[in-house]
Amino acid sequence: MLEAIGLGSAEELFDSIPQELRLQRPLNTPAALSEIELLDNFEQTGARNAGARRISFLGGGAYSHYIPTIVDHIISRSEFFTAYTPYQPEISQGTLQTIFEFQTLVCQLTGMEVANASMYDGSTGLAEAVLMAERVTKRSKVVASTATHPQYLEVVRTYVQHAGIHLELVEFDEKTGQSWQALAEAIDDSTAALVVQSPNFFGCVEDLAALADAAHAKGALLVVAITEAMSLGLLRSPGACGADIVVAEGQSFGVPLSFGGPYVGLFATREKYARQIPGRLVGEAYDKQGRRGFVLTLATREQHIRREKATSNICTNEGLIALAATVYLETMGRRGIQEVAQQCAQKAAYAARAIAKLNGYSLPFSGPYFNEFVVRAPGKAMDLLVRLGKEKGIDGGIALSRFMPDRPNDFLVCVTETNSRGQIDALVEGLKTI
Amino acid sequence: MTISKVTSHISPNEQLIFERSQTGRIGYRLPALDVDEVELSIPAEFRRDDDLEGMPEVSEVDVIRHFVRMSTWNYSIDIGMYPLGSCTMKYNSRLNERVARIAGFANLHPLTDEQDAQGALEVIYDLQQHLAEITGLPGVSLQPAAGAHGEMTGIMIIRAFLDARDGAAASHRRTMLIPDSAHGTNPASAHLSGFSVKTIRSTAEGLTDLDHLRELCAHGEVAGLMLTNPNTLGLFERNIKQICDIVHEAGGLVYMDGANMNALVGVARPGDMGVDVIHLNLHKTFSTPHGGGGPGCGPCCCTKELEPFLPVPRIVKSGDSVYRLDHDQPKSIGRVKAFFGNYGMMLRALSYTLTHGNDGLREATEAAVLNARYVAAGLVETYDKPFAGSPMHEVVFTDKKQSRKGVHTLDIAKRLIDYGFHPMTIYFPLIVQGAMLIEPTESVGRQELDQFVAAMKSIAVEAVEDPELVLNAPHNTRIGRLDEATAARKPVLRWKPSS
Repeated sequence: MLEAIGLGSAEELFDSIPQELRLQRPLNTPAALSEIELLDNFEQTGARNAGARRISFLGGGAYSHYIPTIVDHIISRSEFFTAYTPYQPEISQGTLQTIFEFQTLVCQLTGMEVANASMYDGSTGLAEAVLMAERVTKRSKVVASTATHPQYLEVVRTYVQHAGIHLELVEFDEKTGQSWQALAEAIDDSTAALVVQSPNFFGCVEDLAALADAAHAKGALLVVAITEAMSLGLLRSPGACGADIVVAEGQSFGVPLSFGGPYVGLFATREKYARQIPGRLVGEAYDKQGRRGFVLTLATREQHIRREKATSNICTNEGLIALAATVYLETMGRRGIQEVAQQCAQKAAYAARAIAKLNGYSLPFSGPYFNEFVVRAPGKAMDLLVRLGKEKGIDGGIALSRFMPDRPNDFLVCVTETNSRGQIDALVEGLKTI
Repeated sequence: MTISKVTSHISPNEQLIFERSQTGRIGYRLPALDVDEVELSIPAEFRRDDDLEGMPEVSEVDVIRHFVRMSTWNYSIDIGMYPLGSCTMKYNSRLNERVARIAGFANLHPLTDEQDAQGALEVIYDLQQHLAEITGLPGVSLQPAAGAHGEMTGIMIIRAFLDARDGAAASHRRTMLIPDSAHGTNPASAHLSGFSVKTIRSTAEGLTDLDHLRELCAHGEVAGLMLTNPNTLGLFERNIKQICDIVHEAGGLVYMDGANMNALVGVARPGDMGVDVIHLNLHKTFSTPHGGGGPGCGPCCCTKELEPFLPVPRIVKSGDSVYRLDHDQPKSIGRVKAFFGNYGMMLRALSYTLTHGNDGLREATEAAVLNARYVAAGLVETYDKPFAGSPMHEVVFTDKKQSRKGVHTLDIAKRLIDYGFHPMTIYFPLIVQGAMLIEPTESVGRQELDQFVAAMKSIAVEAVEDPELVLNAPHNTRIGRLDEATAARKPVLRWKPSS
């Protein structure tokens, strides 16, 4: 082939790179491994993750739910996972129709009117929601609760630091673990949005309807963030409560934990704000013969056309993970989502009541919870949890001191449908004996 | 000449899942609830009362057939050549997929205590080391989730560095220079970091105009330059060293968009050219699957000087080979994503790097450039090639010769579908009228390249002899060209029950 294009050597392919800029030595990376060696290496490295083998009650933004076998089967099909963004609709209808269904499912679950084709994850989705609230209201103050996932707040802070947005944090109520009252009081005429997570970082469900009323009375938007999307199977949808923008981490819908990613952000809003949405949108379209198809639409919002005036710099979405969530939601369906949510809530209630009865343990917050709750231990939670892991093989929860140094004895417990009664009993027994 | 087709586009009909739904049908089974049911703490007014009406009710086989049928409407890399310029559609190894599904990684919770996640942190650390060596830039963060996200991270790092270096005076340094050939994410990311954008002209050769760059740098408010190299025309910016010097002398920094890094791996390193910070697209250069539009992974690599500004947490290794999370970085721009980024893509990229080995990484680069050159040579007589320079991994042509007969780039792209190929990138870069940007990647052999060249030549003949044939293409797909204007004017963005 070199000959066919008139070159004598592979090195000549790079003639346009000045000689002194070319690497004169081999890369200092390892030599090639065979498949056998590579798998062996990775299996051994993976085995050093003791956490992956334990009975787990970890939540806090990533959840262990049952994943039907067909989810991985379908997302492993070449036609889906080796395709690009559907820029050529005639040969991308599989991807496009799937995203249209995803957008519909997100609307149904959140009770909203319009949803996009997905965001990177819940945290970046929340940051984009805050930027969008500023665009819609032309106001610069955003009020958020300290009961929001700490890492989500960190991401929002990074995104808004040069955007002229002032982020104000209000404390949650020590008694209930909720923050809606404090949030409602902090609003004023310069507030672009109230940001609330529900269930919040401590697992407590917030009064979204009261917050929506408070926000709307001052002309602000209510932005609702959800880290445990499975709660939507049981809780009143944010849309029905009056939310203006809803973002959620969709990992609960058929996506493995995978040490934090890739996950998928759900992003939904009201129809009147459709042209302010960040990210991709798929819409219905027809060909000359009147056949229905789907296309990427409202592209004039996007960076490849609007450049610096775009609604977001986002270019990719999380296509394949959105597909996983779509397959999950369609397989579990109307009944399955509700049954999973019910089981999560019932098992969490069972666990919470049993732990509360243990000597020295209490549940510090009185607010209603879905499948996560805070436990106050008689001693340092961090030490307790490390011992529980080492001695009993149970990851009993997340020590809140990792995020909030003033809460040394508190830890967050999450229970899902994958935790059997036997596992919950083992956790309770473990806490009792350690 | 006979043209062999790659795909026949099977096109069964398939409704939306909502239109297939049957009340009472289910496709799952959970274990029976094994705890005694109690009254939950959640009051009735906080609970759903819509019974999720409208959500699908279907069986497992309904779901399987639904998605398998829809999948047949997609073109994919595994069907054939996918020469989308700047997108780097290379083969996605099944081995990398298997690695990402190893239980020790797939079942690992991101908030696992770091001592119980040593293997996972080692993977991040090792990949950081490899990317540092490949780019010649020692500071690496794998946290950004996509190219545009890595780009935003890189530009925020520049902003934080300038603010720290110049203090209050940095507020006068808020201009980001971007070539007119750049990808649209560049100005969008610059805007998000609080910069205004000034555009640099390209020369007739398709390279950055040095005089214009000097002129723009003379004003003193330049924060930096965002440059893609090889640029979006597929040409290596041979004056890169000088470009970096000009920007540095003006007090700015150089950000390189690494979208085209697959033309350089093992051959040349941005760090050696004077670049300060770069993002990589693991879903392009390192072969993690595009997945129909994500997930990506957009690591950010920078000089030692910029390293303190990278997102937190950093993943570091202590002397006794213990990996840990370092949150104590007061100069950091902050966190750009929850947890550690798109971890599953890091596993795949590390697997790619290790299966290729150092010599294989360079070979892939050579093959990618060779293939683009081969296509360039094959089509140069038939299509207008606006820049004389030798392309690297991708080559741009235009529809100048064909448009005389009313056949434009869009039509050529659509007709290519009938020949069994995915079209090239069209109308990008914006500075080339009727652009067709072709990137074959290393994942195609000579036979398929010959078929592609033959198809393109055949379309050029059709454009003259039977333009209608091209103008009405594609002819063999499930649907024809869609009315996108109406779709945007009256958007229907979700299914609703018919009234």
